[in-house]
Amino acid sequence: MVVRWLIKPNMYQDSVKLMKLTAEIQEMEGISQASVVMATDMNKAVLKDAGLLVSEVAEANANDLVIVVAADEEEHAEKALKAAEKLLETFNVEEGKTEKQKLPKTIQRGVEVLPGANLALISVPGTYAAAEAVKALNMGLNVHLFSDNVSLEDEVRLKELGCQKGLLVMGPDCGTAIIDGVPLAFANVVERGKIGIVGASGTGIQEATVLIERLGAGISHAIGTGGRDLSGAVGGRMMLMGIDLLEEDPSTEVILLVSKPAGSQTTPKILERVRKCRKPVVVCILKEDLSGSLSSWAVYAATIEDAAYKAVALANGEEPLTIPANFWGDYSELVSETVRNMRPEQQYLRGLFTGGTLADEAMLVLGNIIGDIYSNIPLKPELRLPSSQQSKAHTIIDLGDDEFTRGRPHPMIDPLPRNERLLQEYKDPEVAVILRDVVTGYGSHPDPAGELARAVMEAREAYPNNNAAVIAFVCGTEGDPQPLSAQVETLEKAGIMVLPSNAEAARVAGRIIKQLESKGV
Amino acid sequence: MATARDLLKGPVKVINVGLDSFAENLTSLGVPNVHLDWKPPANGDPEMIKILSILWEKDEYIKRVNEQAVSRMLQARPKLVDIKPAKEAIPGFEPNLILHAGPPISWDRMCGPMRGAVIGALIYEGMADTPQKAEELAASGEIKFAPCHEYGAVGPMAGIISASMPIFVVKNEAGENKAYSNLNEGLGKVLRFGAYSSDVIQRLNWMRDVLAPALSRAVNELDGVDIVSITAKALQMGDECHNRNTAATSLFIKAILPALLKVCEDSELKEVVEFLVSNDHFYLNISMAACKAVLDAAHGIEGSTLVTAMCRNGVEFGIRVSGLGDEWFTAPAPHVSGLYFPGFSDSDANPDLGDSAITETCGLGGFAMAAAPAIVQFVGGTVGDAVNYTKEMYDITMAVNPAYTIPLLDFQPTPVGIDLVKVVETGTSPIINTGIAHREAGIGQVGAGLVRAPMECFKAAISRFAEVTCE
Repeated sequence: MVVRWLIKPNMYQDSVKLMKLTAEIQEMEGISQASVVMATDMNKAVLKDAGLLVSEVAEANANDLVIVVAADEEEHAEKALKAAEKLLETFNVEEGKTEKQKLPKTIQRGVEVLPGANLALISVPGTYAAAEAVKALNMGLNVHLFSDNVSLEDEVRLKELGCQKGLLVMGPDCGTAIIDGVPLAFANVVERGKIGIVGASGTGIQEATVLIERLGAGISHAIGTGGRDLSGAVGGRMMLMGIDLLEEDPSTEVILLVSKPAGSQTTPKILERVRKCRKPVVVCILKEDLSGSLSSWAVYAATIEDAAYKAVALANGEEPLTIPANFWGDYSELVSETVRNMRPEQQYLRGLFTGGTLADEAMLVLGNIIGDIYSNIPLKPELRLPSSQQSKAHTIIDLGDDEFTRGRPHPMIDPLPRNERLLQEYKDPEVAVILRDVVTGYGSHPDPAGELARAVMEAREAYPNNNAAVIAFVCGTEGDPQPLSAQVETLEKAGIMVLPSNAEAARVAGRIIKQLESKGV
Repeated sequence: MATARDLLKGPVKVINVGLDSFAENLTSLGVPNVHLDWKPPANGDPEMIKILSILWEKDEYIKRVNEQAVSRMLQARPKLVDIKPAKEAIPGFEPNLILHAGPPISWDRMCGPMRGAVIGALIYEGMADTPQKAEELAASGEIKFAPCHEYGAVGPMAGIISASMPIFVVKNEAGENKAYSNLNEGLGKVLRFGAYSSDVIQRLNWMRDVLAPALSRAVNELDGVDIVSITAKALQMGDECHNRNTAATSLFIKAILPALLKVCEDSELKEVVEFLVSNDHFYLNISMAACKAVLDAAHGIEGSTLVTAMCRNGVEFGIRVSGLGDEWFTAPAPHVSGLYFPGFSDSDANPDLGDSAITETCGLGGFAMAAAPAIVQFVGGTVGDAVNYTKEMYDITMAVNPAYTIPLLDFQPTPVGIDLVKVVETGTSPIINTGIAHREAGIGQVGAGLVRAPMECFKAAISRFAEVTCE
């Protein structure tokens, strides 16, 4: 063994830095011991115990830096000393070694870091979501609970707590909200305006806000409640709070209530509140015909399109009439031409939706034109598909339903399952029309139109003898991260018919089917 | 407290819990938001989640009690008032009592450095004249061993305090409680690392006969020394007052020197000053006693989840909780990861040892790591890591201490008051910045580094807390 040393007179270095340097030298080939220290009496004592105190080092003083190594051979010792010398000059912690900056872990700490925070947007797995929501409410935060798989019991508990504290509990399973112009979770970027929405349906709210903008008006707030809010157990707690809030809110002049089919237990309670509301209210609870029960104090709308149209009329100080036929345009020529190109066996409609409420609305509109439609979320129980994987006659599928999303992303984010299903439907020679929603906005896929266009081209390539028409509605705006005009252009270039509203898309599809029927006769 | 009505008035400010893309969208729109580093509570441990949900139900009550507990900490005013022999200062100190660091432990289970320190103490007390006799006496059952913590005291490393050892007496001026710690002997071969050779005993004798009386006279001449202000200044000067006490020791010497000049004979003055200036850690034991005084002021409050002690005996790590009285919750003492002095490696290291984690319990040490960038390299880390350690501790604490601020964090106050519930819920253990003792008696410190308090202690404590609270 050889012991070699180097003394750097009057070179002070911090002891921690030197310990780290020592550790590096110690790792070098052939080095059994190494020490880089200031030659203080204490350090010299340590060196002595380690058998490294040569007389020169013993004479060094506390301001001198000493490097001592014990190595198996001369060459290794020299190498180590040189390396130590070099490290002393250049020694610095490598860049980028610092761990990423720490984010707060708890809601409480989040509030400390962001003073004035007033909303918690919660999207953690359902098992944990209720507990986080309670913490948020106890911290005085409104809650937007995007998570699903929260029990009904927890939903009731959360909303009771919210009511006690005067805080919103939007959700669970609340896909969208727009508060003070801020789109939350899955939401479109829409103009601000006088219409306030309370919605027990994510895509219902999205469609309503998009159509209101398309009709030249704007949104004050869109408050989501989650789809179960109007159930008997929850009792419409958040829809009632939403109405209170919008009634008081100075920027709201017209209130629009939207709900997916809800069961009618809570409707009377909601209507009772609507009757007392000082602002005009449009009520659209899908599948519930309230045309007779609202009389003069509120406006009934059968579809979301109808609701948006009436709300905009009210906001403009006009009579809330039903949307006129051919309001969006005259598509007779388009329909006739499509029908002309079809083969005799083509007769069926297949709708592939990502938004449950959009599927509901399409079925309501189409039901009046073409009759029974099978579905995984049917309007009547007898129309339930035996298997959601296999379409039958006229079929509309909600691919955003739980059975399709368990353990995988929602089809608004991941287009693959829906594209596969499109291929499956296109393959069927009896299919005449494939109806699709294209939902853009924050949260959605960056280019849903591009994905649909690609899927349609692939289908045409795979089955050149088939020629089902593809009809789409883009639930989106120019302000979305995926601008409307570009999405429409992509679709039209691919030969996809793009209609300006979900209901209109359904109507045009229905007219095609109807004309095919009479052609067949 | 804001309501839904205020929310609609805007501006919307969002705490995002879950999908980070939602936060990114808000950021791109210029909406103020904070994305949380969220994990399932207690890392998904179902038993702990059950207990946590019971406690969440009582959240408001616990929060209220904790506010009271932590405000006692914040109001505490520790002042060094005297230096006296343990038997005179500490109530109930019997001649055959030996205090040690950490949770309770019997002689036969003690680690090497602690056994060595006990031997040294028995020789120092004149109760044994050879190490062998000291060991026999220690094993005979005639010596009573107890944790320092159970006598209001704390001691670094082995933490051995015997009857005639001089100790610091720190009084909480805001309450009536007092806390104690032994005097720091310096580095190298010292009793707290288990050394008991004759030079060690001689130094202890000198500390008893010369140093302690001199300091006592000086402290009394000054009518006590305020500790909060020294610690506060030291944090601004690069100390975290656990593993780095360079600034604090200098400040303490500066505070006491005029009085020493007044009350000391020339000959003893030289010795005393030489001793003080040769040891950068002299302030550590004062800092520890002050922390103990602060935490004891908040101990014993029913319903409080404030952690009032974290300590190690070299075999076990133990904690105490304000609302759970004098019960200890223990787990095996962890291994410290750090850097070693030349000639030593982790195979030489004793598991974590000493009461000095009282500083972290009080919001110093690892909790104030961002104040002491000079020592972050102990863990091969960067200044950014030091900042992160401190930032992380805000997640598990109840309050901030406006008296102690950190320049590097724009003078943010330090995190203080460890909350048992938050530790378990976030799965984040307190970070402790500590020295590493050799596992054999008398060799001394072999390195320094960082260690996390074992989660098992906190899990055991929270289980008991839920039991007690639900009765």
